Amino acid sequence: MATPETKKKPTKAPKQQIDIRDDYAEKWGFRDPEEYFHKGAKGISHEVVEMMSRMKKEPDWMRRKRHEALDIFLAKPMPTWGNTDLLGQIDFEDIYYYIRPMSEQGRSWDEVPENIKKTFDRLGIPEAERKFLAGVSAQYESEVVYHSVQESLTEQGVVFMDMDSGLREHPEIVEKFFGSVIPPTDNKFAALNSAVWSGGSFIYVPPDTKVEIPLQAYFRINAENMGQFERTLIIADKGARVHYIEGCTAPVYTTNSLHSAVVELIAMDDAYIRYTTIQNWANNIYNLVTKRAMAHKNAVVEWVDGNIGSKLTMKFPCVYLVGEGARGEILSVAFAGQEQHQDAGAKIIHAAPRTSSTITSKSISKNGGRSSYRGLVKVHPQATDCKTSVQCDALILDPESRSDTYPTMEIDADRVQIEHEARVSKIGDEQIFYLMSRGLSEDDARTLIVNGFIEAFTKELPMEYAVELNRLIEMEMEGSVG
Amino acid sequence: MSETKSLLACEGVRIGIAGKEVIRGVDLELRAGEKVALMGPNGSGKSTLVNTLMGHPGYELLGGKILLDGEEIQDLPADERARKGLFLGFQYPVSIPGVSVANVLRAAVNARRGKEVSVREFRKEMMAAFEMLNIDPKFAARGLNEGFSGGEKKRAEVLQMALLKPRVALMDETDSGLDIDALKTVAGGIMKLSGPETGVILVTHYQRLLNYIQPDRVHVLMEGRIVRSGGADLVDKLEEEGYDWLEKSVEERQEA
Repeated sequence: MATPETKKKPTKAPKQQIDIRDDYAEKWGFRDPEEYFHKGAKGISHEVVEMMSRMKKEPDWMRRKRHEALDIFLAKPMPTWGNTDLLGQIDFEDIYYYIRPMSEQGRSWDEVPENIKKTFDRLGIPEAERKFLAGVSAQYESEVVYHSVQESLTEQGVVFMDMDSGLREHPEIVEKFFGSVIPPTDNKFAALNSAVWSGGSFIYVPPDTKVEIPLQAYFRINAENMGQFERTLIIADKGARVHYIEGCTAPVYTTNSLHSAVVELIAMDDAYIRYTTIQNWANNIYNLVTKRAMAHKNAVVEWVDGNIGSKLTMKFPCVYLVGEGARGEILSVAFAGQEQHQDAGAKIIHAAPRTSSTITSKSISKNGGRSSYRGLVKVHPQATDCKTSVQCDALILDPESRSDTYPTMEIDADRVQIEHEARVSKIGDEQIFYLMSRGLSEDDARTLIVNGFIEAFTKELPMEYAVELNRLIEMEMEGSVG
Repeated sequence: MSETKSLLACEGVRIGIAGKEVIRGVDLELRAGEKVALMGPNGSGKSTLVNTLMGHPGYELLGGKILLDGEEIQDLPADERARKGLFLGFQYPVSIPGVSVANVLRAAVNARRGKEVSVREFRKEMMAAFEMLNIDPKFAARGLNEGFSGGEKKRAEVLQMALLKPRVALMDETDSGLDIDALKTVAGGIMKLSGPETGVILVTHYQRLLNYIQPDRVHVLMEGRIVRSGGADLVDKLEEEGYDWLEKSVEERQEA
């Protein structure tokens, strides 16, 4: 069995995380008994990849792609940038790479095993589905256990299914686009995902079709030492429109789990894609995700990216503006609490003339948490008359906490309009006194100020998610005084 | 003591900022239904006094008592004082970026009343207050004091007073930065909001506001002490002669 070369194996499990979201354990951090259809052994190898691919009855080309990707993963060193201490603690041999909770996917919640259904009930997914979603996908461990989409969308030719079904039912589209935006050689974790991917969403929206109601996927990790490697591919054909939302949670364990997704978006000419994430992983999850979009002529891609949970997040949603007049917008919020490092940011590549981009990043650090903004704006020589605007604001709530900014700009074209603004602030005593003089407790005053700080982000969320996010922040802020 | 109920009282209040005694023994009483003007030149300690009454943690109470409805409140944090019905209209209100006027008002109203007020009821009250103060309803969605003009800030303070319905309102230079029309509106608002059960302390160093709100009593604060008290006629004398003639009496007192 091949072993990754960069391994600093801790002799013991890392020390227990102190969870600052006090009721995370109760609300999201609960766990189900494991009654799985299939749970393989821990560790990564060509045998594991072979077994997964055969179990999924994949075509040969995909099986070969997986093996090639595994070789790339094994050959690539760990990143030498970012939080290398935390990265060094990942033990790739101590992770389950494939857990299949049930033999077949459910088309109605009745077909989903009782305890898994209960879990999604507690997370409010069926309720959200009834109220305001056009389609829902629920992934549990490695597989999508429930999937449904409104009939009217199917009639319009919209495809929304899990990635495995996408590969079975639309092999020609998948073969053409899978890995076209993020090849396995891109980075070590993209290689790992390409080798052991399972689940995720496959979306295709036909030309000029507008999906006005959001589609949602929810990712749940239940087992300890789980590795979840969902793979998502979204293609909006010419003039099409779609909004996709993902959410995620996991039980609280003392040992670490790994979530390493790859998300590829392709917006054809005049298409519009918005991808919204509310990441609320438990504090023992490594969240190392590669997200990238291709925006063709006059297309618009928006990443709306909220990171609240996880132990270490490294995620830098990217837009390649490859068609004239394309536009990319990345709006992100990171909340880093105790023993959390949110290493988030954005990348925009201007590769065509008259393209424009906006990056807005807001980070909050508290209780010794660390948040980093890592951003890249690159303008290629042919991309004349571009516009880009970057704004990053950091709010640091106590002296133990930390915020870093690593902005990079590489401008190789003429007539480029650039704005860049970075601010670090603290909550002012006068602001707190002002709100307390109106009857608000000190905690409530701080929470309100923090909610105001990220308002530019929350106002972009569908109402229900904005309320949920504000509630999450409220919980994060509880007991933040003294 | 008079027959009417005492709402707010200071007894021998001394206040320090960074180790320096700024208020050096103030006795003050506000009774139900009263409007009291607190006047004095710049730097006399007016803002320090009302901020301390509200519970600003940056000011240290060196001695004395503060009573609200006969109950000592000097050890309570600002939010508890507010929930008991004390209100401060700030001279320089800070902005709370990204938090709308409506959101702050709703959170404050819920805190003040100790219960969740329904959205419908709240909107009704807010709209009525907008109308009374001649405020555009679009105001509700703006970040509180974010990019507000001086006049808008002061209106927003009176707006908060209108919704919180305090028993005692301390209005710190609510007249400054207002043009004449805004001054009339704001003064009219304060008049409408004060009744037989409530009291207002108006901090100002000009007569302007007091042309629209007739004070029952006037106190003049200089160098941390009340040096003169009187009726509304004292305002006219101050307007004509300034504070110079009083400075003399302060010196005399200090020598004595």
